[in-house]
Amino acid sequence: MNILVCIKQVPGSNKVEVDEKTGVLKRDGVDSKMNPYDLFALETALRIKEAQGGSITAVTMGPKQAEEVIREAYMMGVDHGALISDRKFAGADVLATSYTISQSVKKLGNFDLILCGKQTTDGDTAQVGPEMAEYLDIPHVANVTKIVEYREDAIVVEMDMPNTIEVAAVKYPCLLTVEKDIFQPRLPSYKKKMDTKDREIRVITFNDFEDQDIMKYGLNGSPTQVERIFPPTGNDKREMFKGSSTQVVHNASSKLIELKLV
Amino acid sequence: MSTLKVNQHLVTAENMITLIDICPFNALEDNGGKLEINSGCKMCKICVNKGPKGVMELVEESQVKTVDKSLWKGIAVYVDHVDGDIHPVTMELLGKARELADKVSFPVYALFLGHDIKDKAKELLHYGADKVFVYDHKELKDFRIEPYTAAFEKFIDEVKPSSILVGATTIGRSLAPRVAARFRTGLTADCTVLDIKENTDLVQIRPAFGGNIMAQIKTPNTRPQLATVRYKVMNAMTRSVHAGGEVVYCTIEEKKLASRIEVLEVREKALEVSISDAETIIAVGRGVKSEKDMEMVRELALLLNAQIAGTRPLVESGWLDAKRQVGLSGRTVKPKLMITLGISGSVQFAAGMNGSEYIFAVNNDENASIFNVAHYGIVGDLYEVLPELIEKVKIAKGA
Repeated sequence: MNILVCIKQVPGSNKVEVDEKTGVLKRDGVDSKMNPYDLFALETALRIKEAQGGSITAVTMGPKQAEEVIREAYMMGVDHGALISDRKFAGADVLATSYTISQSVKKLGNFDLILCGKQTTDGDTAQVGPEMAEYLDIPHVANVTKIVEYREDAIVVEMDMPNTIEVAAVKYPCLLTVEKDIFQPRLPSYKKKMDTKDREIRVITFNDFEDQDIMKYGLNGSPTQVERIFPPTGNDKREMFKGSSTQVVHNASSKLIELKLV
Repeated sequence: MSTLKVNQHLVTAENMITLIDICPFNALEDNGGKLEINSGCKMCKICVNKGPKGVMELVEESQVKTVDKSLWKGIAVYVDHVDGDIHPVTMELLGKARELADKVSFPVYALFLGHDIKDKAKELLHYGADKVFVYDHKELKDFRIEPYTAAFEKFIDEVKPSSILVGATTIGRSLAPRVAARFRTGLTADCTVLDIKENTDLVQIRPAFGGNIMAQIKTPNTRPQLATVRYKVMNAMTRSVHAGGEVVYCTIEEKKLASRIEVLEVREKALEVSISDAETIIAVGRGVKSEKDMEMVRELALLLNAQIAGTRPLVESGWLDAKRQVGLSGRTVKPKLMITLGISGSVQFAAGMNGSEYIFAVNNDENASIFNVAHYGIVGDLYEVLPELIEKVKIAKGA
């Protein structure tokens, strides 16, 4: 079984704020981490490999620094890694990103199974997996909560639906996005870190792609445009209770009673 | 379409540092004295607007293919359902679609894909739909991505709707991106505000970049424009007695509905209390210091007949079940009463609960952003406020 896992480096904290006076975004440090939902996709891949044999490749898209998440994947037991990086990809929205990754996947080889986390913590869109599957012309199942069994030509999974659970056999090759808690992710291993510290991370750029139409990548290939960004508008009519705890609780509970909420 | 250009002759060692620092996405880097833009760029244009003048330049390119917008009319809503059981987010989206459509004199369409659903389609005419397009095939009985996308594609090709609204359920979040990719068009996820311009461009607002920022997003050069919206974000119209529109029965060739997915079983989920439908919710955040303190929270919840919910960190720490997470990566809730305890109030969280009727927030930092969405702000130490509040509620209930 040849498995590909798509992972992403995201900001380490969500404390990005807009300075109201200057309109500039303020960051709380520049730390970054692996998207936490991707750990579940990596763990799923490792479990499948343990059960079925095969090889796991992890791929990410971003600046050079994003290599860190590939190193982390190596420490968990992933065999190969690739970084998709080119300034031609700058300004890519979800669609351009999905197309870029799908072009890279074609370059990386033939995969039976592609795994993604359910969404990222910075974009929270959950769109890249399904859009990639479309460009690779393979079936996908989103929100997979359980791997039920492996068949010769298919994988049987449970997917989370609004009010039901759907059990489906999906033929290879296919793409799955997995829910949090499908498996408990393992911790990176120090031994693996030492063993893989010189392992190559392949770099993929625009020049590697089969489709050389520059209008399909980066900002040019992005149908959505950010018109403006702004701090969230608050609610001006709020009432604040300050003072001793006895006093604030008295005021707040009187209000709860007055509004017939208690 | 525009791109960013670095005017290298204006770059100095000093303004390079300023620019690298000003970019919130680490997308500018010093490559051996040359300032370069990397793939982290989100085109927020802050470097152009707020950076040293002229160094970063926005270059307009005119080679973009644009679409004839006058050929694309109507606002369509995807009818979210399992086995004909329509998800209420559908009525909410029809309400929003009606409002948007009336601004630009568009019709409202509903797209209903499934099997044995013909009878259910008429009901949608009572909620603002002018036309309900029904594709009723046995291959569409269970949700499978390829046949559903194929039928959706046929609908778009034939009807050419300008905008399509999809509920951000697990089905919608799987189907909408697949359709958007097929048409190489834009899809904006989890919109919290939707409006429409005179030129029929959809104005889509959502929390963005994982931070306390809202972004206004448009899809100016392609059609259809797709947006997903979560349940309980928009308001449904009240059911009208009169059903004015019509149901249009459509067909698609069976061979186009082939699938590499075989559904083996569909079973009801074990009955679980959903926070989405709770009248009262107590939400907890990182202000709660240890798991045993959750006992106090449970006591108040019991007294108020409330459901307990919380923020992502609490779910990640394992104190709360993931189904109780409020926010963009959890659920959207709209209870009558929401009490937040020790929650600072990220946009991600606020977006999942700011539709609540009454929000009482307890936090020890009076500058916490949770107070921006709260109706009543209680500034105080959770560990002093909570026990006293429990006592007060006990007295009130006893009296």
